[in-house]
Amino acid sequence: MSTIDDKATEVPEDAAGESAETVPPEQEKEEVAEKKEINKGLVIFVFIAAFVASLIVGWILFPMVLYTQENQPIDFNHALHLEEVENSCESCHFFREDGSYAGVPKLAQCVDCHDEVMGDDPDELAFVENYVQKNIEVPWLIYSQQSDCVFFSHAAHVKAAKMDCVSCHGDIGESTSLKVYEKNIITGISRDIWGKNIGGIKLHSWDRMKMNDCAKCHKEETGNQGACFQCHK
Amino acid sequence: MKVDTKQKKFGMAIDLDKCTGCGSCMVACMSENNVPFKKDETNKLDSITWIKVYKVTNDKKYPDTDLCYIPRPCMHCDGQHGHAPCVSVCPAVATDNDKSTGVVSQIYTRCFGCRYCMAACPYHARYFNWWDPVWPEGMEKYLSPNVSPRMRGVVEKCSFCFHRYQLAMDKAYVEGRRELREDEYQTSCTQACPAGAITFGDLNNPKHTVHKMVQPDNKHHGKPKNPKAFRLLERLGTNAKVYYLSDRKWVRKLGDNQTPNEESSKKH
Ligand code: HEC
Ligand code: HEC
Ligand code: HEC
Ligand code: HEC
Ligand code: HEC
Repeated sequence: MSTIDDKATEVPEDAAGESAETVPPEQEKEEVAEKKEINKGLVIFVFIAAFVASLIVGWILFPMVLYTQENQPIDFNHALHLEEVENSCESCHFFREDGSYAGVPKLAQCVDCHDEVMGDDPDELAFVENYVQKNIEVPWLIYSQQSDCVFFSHAAHVKAAKMDCVSCHGDIGESTSLKVYEKNIITGISRDIWGKNIGGIKLHSWDRMKMNDCAKCHKEETGNQGACFQCHK
Repeated sequence: MKVDTKQKKFGMAIDLDKCTGCGSCMVACMSENNVPFKKDETNKLDSITWIKVYKVTNDKKYPDTDLCYIPRPCMHCDGQHGHAPCVSVCPAVATDNDKSTGVVSQIYTRCFGCRYCMAACPYHARYFNWWDPVWPEGMEKYLSPNVSPRMRGVVEKCSFCFHRYQLAMDKAYVEGRRELREDEYQTSCTQACPAGAITFGDLNNPKHTVHKMVQPDNKHHGKPKNPKAFRLLERLGTNAKVYYLSDRKWVRKLGDNQTPNEESSKKH
């Protein structure tokens, strides 16, 4: 009836037939079978061991080697500052008149309050002494920084689509200290783009911000992934 | 979320009778788009010019001699079925025809440099980076952050200054708009032309000057209804979005690469 089945059984038969020519007498055959059993067990064991080892290397050791950890130049307490400023986030993260986003604040937005040391926080001391008094911009490390070729528009998301910061940035805005910045040693890109979870599991909408994550939301929200030049420049 | 899906078709009309061949558009383009250059640009096979001014003559003896300069950006072809010649040959989708704006994009990081698109482009509008760009000392600081710089081994071309559209949209969003005014998105070459020979806008928008000038017939692959308007190599069916205008018949004939004896009526 089925030619496929026939063929399927044909092949092993052929193979068996060929090896039959070199088959040793009965006893030897059993020994060989036993040996084969041991070999099989060994093979499976080695396979599993190697599998586990490569999982450890791939999921734990490799990411440790792949990312270097860097601390921010000084720590910054969002929660503390939100009580001090008048305009919530916009006091520091605002839109310019031309539609561009000011992003991470410049020194000018801090000096009104920090022209002198106010408290006894070592970070504030370091901030005032090393940056404010010397008039040097703080070299903040930007967790969400995309690569050069990406165009991102805060105006489209925050103004037009009325999205909140948390859905893309998580709870940085309410945090009391800045987390460690992790940098990919090959691409130089922040780990927040490619995500912490190497298995690709995404628990929060802000866990990862790769091209597919942008495109997935665009598909859901606007019905269209968007053209390349929408997000690239 | 409802998003405006009104299709735009950005395009350009260049009045060849106004063009003086000064090359301002080329300079403006290079500085706007971080186009790399070398000390010695004499070898045109490896120099990069997103817009290039060609000089053509009517091949007649004095006193009938006449010449014309033809600035050539990327034509942002639509093709017959919505595909530019370069888009259909790209094996990496590094170049794509955006239906919502009509701009043919080039994503440098996706391109792996096979250069099929360069072979396919009938206008020589695409250029290959044989080297990493080397900027004169200190010039990196003056590069535009709005256009990503290219690296060795990728193809680049005119983008109709699309970053200006992105930035203009940002401004519109902040002001609570979703539509741009005509003057908000203009290419760098358009603004640089001292003779005002270049007009840029949305070919689908009857209110835009560029539409009024060429009167594109969208039922016939955008052929211009204005008899003085033409496109380069119209007969190839590239359906370009860059139109040229000239009162001079020989210029219009040359634009379609017609042989001297060929009747211009043939192309219709
Ligand atoms: C007093 C000024 C100030 C205020 C107010 C403020 N921030 Fe910040 N914010 C900063 C500074 C300084 C940094 C730089 C730290 C860094 O690079 O991550 C920062 C960084 C961030 C970042 C990280 C950007 C990145 O990718 O590295 C996010 C997200 C952010 N702020 C969100 C908020 C939100 C949301 C609010 C309002 C709830 C807010 N901020 C209010 C000063 C402020
Ligand atoms: C509205 C006034 C105000 C502004 C604006 C402001 N700060 Fe502060 N900042 C304070 C106050 C108040 C404290 C608490 C001082 C204390 O008691 O130690 C503080 C504390 C700090 C500290 C130490 C605590 C911590 O966060 O770890 C740092 C660092 C700091 N500020 C940095 C900045 C930077 C950077 C900016 C500009 C982006 C800025 N501040 C803008 C009022 C302000
Ligand atoms: C749709 C997701 C999204 C939303 C919503 C969003 N951001 Fe961002 N944000 C990004 C991305 C992506 C970047 C990186 C942009 C880049 O690299 O060009 C970024 C960058 C930033 C930066 C660093 C910019 C810099 O380079 O200096 C700050 C600060 C920031 N965002 C704050 C905010 C705040 C505050 C809000 C809420 C008002 C907000 N973002 C809303 C995605 C988002
Ligand atoms: C959680 C959802 C979400 C995520 C994540 C997201 N976007 Fe968007 N994006 C939107 C929505 C919704 C709009 C439409 C805004 C409108 O026009 O109302 C939009 C619009 C845009 C626009 C403007 C398009 C235009 O025509 O002007 C750009 C550019 C953009 N997104 C880039 C990005 C990039 C780059 C990323 C990833 C880093 C990203 N977006 C991630 C939801 C998202
Ligand atoms: C919704 C926004 C969005 C769209 C649309 C989009 N991209 Fe991207 N793309 C990104 C973001 C964000 C990144 C950076 C993060 C990453 O590497 O995934 C990226 C990265 C890339 C990269 C890797 C660049 C690098 O330096 O690592 C390539 C190549 C690329 N995109 C090509 C394309 C092409 C081709 C298209 C059109 C078919 C396209 N993209 C459309 C957002 C987008």
